[in-house]
Amino acid sequence: MLQLVRISAVLGSLAFAASALGADAVKIVSSLPRTGSANAQTTSMVNGIKMAIAEVGGKIGDIEIAYEDWDDASPQRGNWDPAVEAQNADKAKADQTVVAYIGTYNSGAAKISMPKLNEAGIVMVSPANTAPNLTKEGFGEKNEPAVYRPSGKINYFRVVPTDDVQGAVAADFAKELGAKKVFVLNDREVYGKGVAGVFERRAKEIGLEIVGTDGLDGKASNYKSLVTKMKQVGAEVVYFGGTTQTNAGQLAKDIVTAGLKAKLIVPDGCYEKAFIEAAGEKALEGRVYITFGGVDPKLLEGKGKEFYEGYKKSYSAEPEGYAVYGYEATKVVISAMQRIHAAGGKITRASVLEEVGKTKDFAGALGTWSFDANGDTTNRTMSVNTVKDGDFSTVKVVN
Amino acid sequence: MSETEVFMQQVIYGLSNGMIIALVALGYTMVYGIIELINFAHGDVFTLGGFLALTIVGALGASAVIDPATLGEGSHWLLLFALVIASGLFCGGLNVLIDTIAYKPLRRASKLTQLVAAIGVSFILVNIALFWGGAPMEVFGGGNAAAASKDFPELLEGSNLLGEDSNVVLRLEDLAIFAITIPLMVGLTLFVKKTRLGRGMRATAQNPVAAQLMGIDTNRVIAATFMIGGFLGGAASVMWSLYNNTISFQMGFRAGMDAFTAAVLGGIGSLPGAMIGGVLIGLIRAMSDQYIETRWTNVVVFGVLILILVFRPSGLMGLKQREKV
Repeated sequence: MLQLVRISAVLGSLAFAASALGADAVKIVSSLPRTGSANAQTTSMVNGIKMAIAEVGGKIGDIEIAYEDWDDASPQRGNWDPAVEAQNADKAKADQTVVAYIGTYNSGAAKISMPKLNEAGIVMVSPANTAPNLTKEGFGEKNEPAVYRPSGKINYFRVVPTDDVQGAVAADFAKELGAKKVFVLNDREVYGKGVAGVFERRAKEIGLEIVGTDGLDGKASNYKSLVTKMKQVGAEVVYFGGTTQTNAGQLAKDIVTAGLKAKLIVPDGCYEKAFIEAAGEKALEGRVYITFGGVDPKLLEGKGKEFYEGYKKSYSAEPEGYAVYGYEATKVVISAMQRIHAAGGKITRASVLEEVGKTKDFAGALGTWSFDANGDTTNRTMSVNTVKDGDFSTVKVVN
Repeated sequence: MSETEVFMQQVIYGLSNGMIIALVALGYTMVYGIIELINFAHGDVFTLGGFLALTIVGALGASAVIDPATLGEGSHWLLLFALVIASGLFCGGLNVLIDTIAYKPLRRASKLTQLVAAIGVSFILVNIALFWGGAPMEVFGGGNAAAASKDFPELLEGSNLLGEDSNVVLRLEDLAIFAITIPLMVGLTLFVKKTRLGRGMRATAQNPVAAQLMGIDTNRVIAATFMIGGFLGGAASVMWSLYNNTISFQMGFRAGMDAFTAAVLGGIGSLPGAMIGGVLIGLIRAMSDQYIETRWTNVVVFGVLILILVFRPSGLMGLKQREKV
């Protein structure tokens, strides 16, 4: 008899567990490079994501929001790894409770997960991808971006302005610095090549002379020979489309040691403390400018200011540049879920995808913005930063 | 900058980078010469040498390192030599330890087994470096990102020796590389040529069984080879850190690849071959960056390697030897 009671108790709890895992549980996952030097940045982003979930008490009505922090990097590469990103996308596809995928950090990684998640109809919101060819025609290959949308529907959205804005802002700033001759470098990755290409196009438009272009090896020990070549052609500004992980710090150092008196401009892939650490303040102060699709967290206003203060209170640390984007990306998803719930709908992959796409005049930490027809944010705020006393300092904000 | 100045500058950079590669290449070639093992862990031993050097600098306090008042005039050079010796001994000792634990028990196993063991050791060392980089030390950026590149302070004064107005830049670091690398290479050559142990090494390389029959303690010779190869790798890691001002847990991968290429180019097993191969690779890299394009540099380096191996399969200085591997 006792046996029977036990068995029925076990069966009962199993049934209960099954219902908990069923349609009522929703899961948000993020896929960011957690191993490697981007770790400080992505930890800050994950904190932002957690804050967004905590603000609604981790619940939509009485449906719990589960969150999992996935790593798309491997120790061997110390950077995002295509194989790991593919695994993450497959894992999300297989887990029916996953309704939203926050990621990726690197545009190259997005190329891998986008088609997989598109087939599965899971909404993907990137807090950091800036390569324009992921969503817009005419920036990359002929089959882009259609190749990322096998289902024909858009499931990929992003809350950061794209590099067609960023590269142009950098070129305009080079002209403001009084430069006439610019040398354009890239790291031969999706993001770096994309943004360097936009810079080059814009530079030609506004009458700057391109004295050379090259692609460097992000793992080389130094770039002194390359810097000598740039010195020979009289470069006044060097633009490097690359990231801290593809050796922007070493390049900044070698420009100093090989005696090239040019300013270096780099994109937002270097807008993280690790860049200052790797290059050393001495190589950066007054020499290097970093563009960023947004503003310094300290300068955020309204809801952004609330975020900044809340973050400092919760984690007793300054947020990195992308923390607010992690927060905003999650907020967009959560507010879509809230709207579905309020209308009495069921929170599923399909309903969340549809509702996120409808995001319009969203009043968030980054101001009031919408998703356009490509899934990109209408937000166009950019800032140019430099390094002072070991920290980033904003030179100007462009709207 | 005139064409001549540009060429001079590239020669300086090519030689400096090449000398460092050559030092690492010696470690590969020596071990291969004696036990016919391509020691894939050598590049990672080199990495750990760099981490030790930065740890010492950090323990001394980076400001003390930069301020000559604390240690007195010439203190920078003294510190540099101390670092070379410390990292050298550390890497040498580590190399001997690796040999004792991982390679010695496999000495009679097939070459492939030994090779796989070497790759395994390499993975272990990379992860130790990753762990080390995460140590909560101020020089490591407080250890908040283990995999981040670490800034290595400038130990020597950074001004241009040819005058601030000169287009060609020659810094103390370049001189330091020559001043430390060349004596090490000369010393090694004399050691192998003139000493008893050196003669033992040459004999073991030629025929280990015969050497043993003639009363040479081959185990001691092998240990000495690992020690010296490791020492040179450790010295190279300090030069590398000094020259690039950056270390990272992956630095041994690229350095090891270049050095291995250099050793093969020069003729693996040959000491002068490794030295010439290293310097050649440094020069080819610099010239390709300048006169072709940086994006093609790796293609050029390996293209040259393939060409040389097609026409001289045993490398530039390699002797026609009995079939190895």
